[in-house]
Amino acid sequence: MKRVTLALTLALAAGLAAQAADAQTLKTIKDRGMLSCGVSQGLPGFSSPDDKGNWTGLDVDVCRAIAGAIFNDATKVKYVPLSAKDRFTALQSGEIDVLSRNTTWTISRDTSLGANFTGVTYYDGQGFMVKKSLKVNSALELNSASVCVQTGTTTEQNLADYFKANNMKYEVIAFGTNDETVKAYEAGRCDVFTTDQSGLYANRLKLANPNDHMVLPEIISKEPLGPMVRHGDDQWFDIVKWTLFAMVTAEELGVTSKNVDEKAKLENPELKRVLGTDGNFGEQLGLTKDWVVRIVKAVGNYGEVFDRNVGAGSPLAINRGLNNLWNKGGLQYAPPIR
Amino acid sequence: MSTEARNPPPQIALKIRRILGGKTGWNGVAVQFAFAAILGWIGYEIVSNARANLENQHIAAGFGFLSNNAGFDVNQTLISYTGSDTFLRVFVVGLLNTLVVSVVGIVFATLIGFIVALCRLSPNWLLSRVGEIYVEIIRNLPVLFQILFWYLAVLAALPNPRQSISLLGIAFISNRGLVIPSPIGGSGLEPFLAMLALGVVASLALRFHARRALFREGRMIRIWPTVLGLLVGLPLATMLVFGVPFTFELPQLKGFNFAGGSRIIPEFVALTLALSTYTAAFIAEIVRAGILSVHKGQMEAGASLGLSRGATLRLVVVPQAMRVIVPPLTNQYLNLTKNSSLAVAIGYPDLVSVFAGTSLSQTGQAIEIIAMTMGIYLLISLLTSAIMSVYGWRLSRSLGA
Repeated sequence: MKRVTLALTLALAAGLAAQAADAQTLKTIKDRGMLSCGVSQGLPGFSSPDDKGNWTGLDVDVCRAIAGAIFNDATKVKYVPLSAKDRFTALQSGEIDVLSRNTTWTISRDTSLGANFTGVTYYDGQGFMVKKSLKVNSALELNSASVCVQTGTTTEQNLADYFKANNMKYEVIAFGTNDETVKAYEAGRCDVFTTDQSGLYANRLKLANPNDHMVLPEIISKEPLGPMVRHGDDQWFDIVKWTLFAMVTAEELGVTSKNVDEKAKLENPELKRVLGTDGNFGEQLGLTKDWVVRIVKAVGNYGEVFDRNVGAGSPLAINRGLNNLWNKGGLQYAPPIR
Repeated sequence: MSTEARNPPPQIALKIRRILGGKTGWNGVAVQFAFAAILGWIGYEIVSNARANLENQHIAAGFGFLSNNAGFDVNQTLISYTGSDTFLRVFVVGLLNTLVVSVVGIVFATLIGFIVALCRLSPNWLLSRVGEIYVEIIRNLPVLFQILFWYLAVLAALPNPRQSISLLGIAFISNRGLVIPSPIGGSGLEPFLAMLALGVVASLALRFHARRALFREGRMIRIWPTVLGLLVGLPLATMLVFGVPFTFELPQLKGFNFAGGSRIIPEFVALTLALSTYTAAFIAEIVRAGILSVHKGQMEAGASLGLSRGATLRLVVVPQAMRVIVPPLTNQYLNLTKNSSLAVAIGYPDLVSVFAGTSLSQTGQAIEIIAMTMGIYLLISLLTSAIMSVYGWRLSRSLGA
């Protein structure tokens, strides 16, 4: 792990020393024929490889949607698995074009890393998981507990804040990767495992007896997760940002991967604009007129992506909650395509 | 035509010419300077270009972040530390954790290494086979797996705190570590420490005197009863006069964990165990090579003087073997220190974990943090090899070589 960090840092130093930021990300990707996408090292529902090495998950579908919009082929993605602490360096050094790795949007990350968040793909919050046998029902009963956490995350600071604010003591044990953290929790090194709540549900599936463990009701932080791109290329920033909006808009208009071709034939002015039979918004982005059709054919609309990876259609079975559309009680909202 | 003695060229210029130019004289010096200038220019370009580009991309740069609040906690700190301390303090905390695991690891690795080497050299068939198997297994497995093995083995073997193993009701072992009573200073603490220090100084002086008597006059002085009296009797006597030097705070199970007392965390135990057993395998081979490098005539000479096998090893063979052992031993010490950076895999808060890991991702200042971390490892390594060089130098001097 140290070697990876070192290699990336050297690449960063060399890249920075050699040339100014390359502002032509889209052209570089087209020349390469591949989108290079930074993902996690394995978080079910968000980004994890199956036994054949195919990556699936919500974050992975963001990569596939972008590749679909550019190449009309969702498979043209090179996935770069990154640990929490290596992810920003990989983006800064140009190793990846977009970081889609359950990363929390904070002001310090948005302003000091030379990168921008393009939107929110999942509204999350930090929670706690404990063994049922401890008979704990609230996070406020965790005084003097030992807590396992993955290093290099916002989680560590939220944890310190929460226990301090509630005047409780705790012991933190920070591990390099998600799997090591889960293993130590399972081995009984700590009473509590903490990460974003979606991650708790995902990691619970990895435990030997998922039913012996429960997620406590408290949410102690706001964790809006979203993709990041490097500073200095506004066109690329727009493409990633509007790919997310296109997925949300498609759900709003009821366009799914199954009915997209029929919807494109309808004489509905809004559908015609969005699906590219009218106007040239896709070309203004640097893509093609039918960019939204390509995205929806690649991964489906936002609702389909959510259900397939983390929602009702997945083993995680997480409720839409905050991630529902704005007109259904959630926070997912896209500016109009017009 | 008068002949005048030519002035000898100035010595300093000659020296510079010889150091820099070698056989090519002043031309060589000019080439060296040009080369140095080019190197310097390239270095300057790299640094200034990187700075400009960091600024262009609005990536924070500089060492100002060191005075910011860290905002996260660490579970083993040798100095007081809370989440509201600065990143600079995190750096020191991590550094101390790295140093403590390295020093303890080096001590154990050396002890185990010498013992295993002596086993391998033993005429006892079983002992030498055990030593051989130890070396061949341990040194041929990657150290990261050994660290993970010890960690998971240590954790799996231990019960949770509520069922912890009690040692006479004062110390407890569980998967949260070993909790022992922590001393709290009492009224008799200062006289006790003063007497202890006096005892140590007096014992050292006595030893010096005894050695002089042995080497100069050939007299053997038996000093251990006096030393025992000085080190144990004197402090005990002060305790009777001034009262107990410290009382112990007993650990008590409260909620999930033990409150009070001092604690050795399992991560530290696992890491020290893995690093010292791993490095010991290499040290054993170095020691064996060193001992075998001493001519067997030395062993026979010792035997013919009537010394036992142990005394011959201790007084005749090992001192000569040390000359061969010390330089590669230094390498192993450096390796152990550097391998301690694998700690992050088991959640031991060493320098790489808390500073080059957590702090790096909180601040995003990869170049500064990695540079600082590399710099400090370099410093530790150079200091270690300097100390070992001095030791080696003293050793050769005392052997008259």
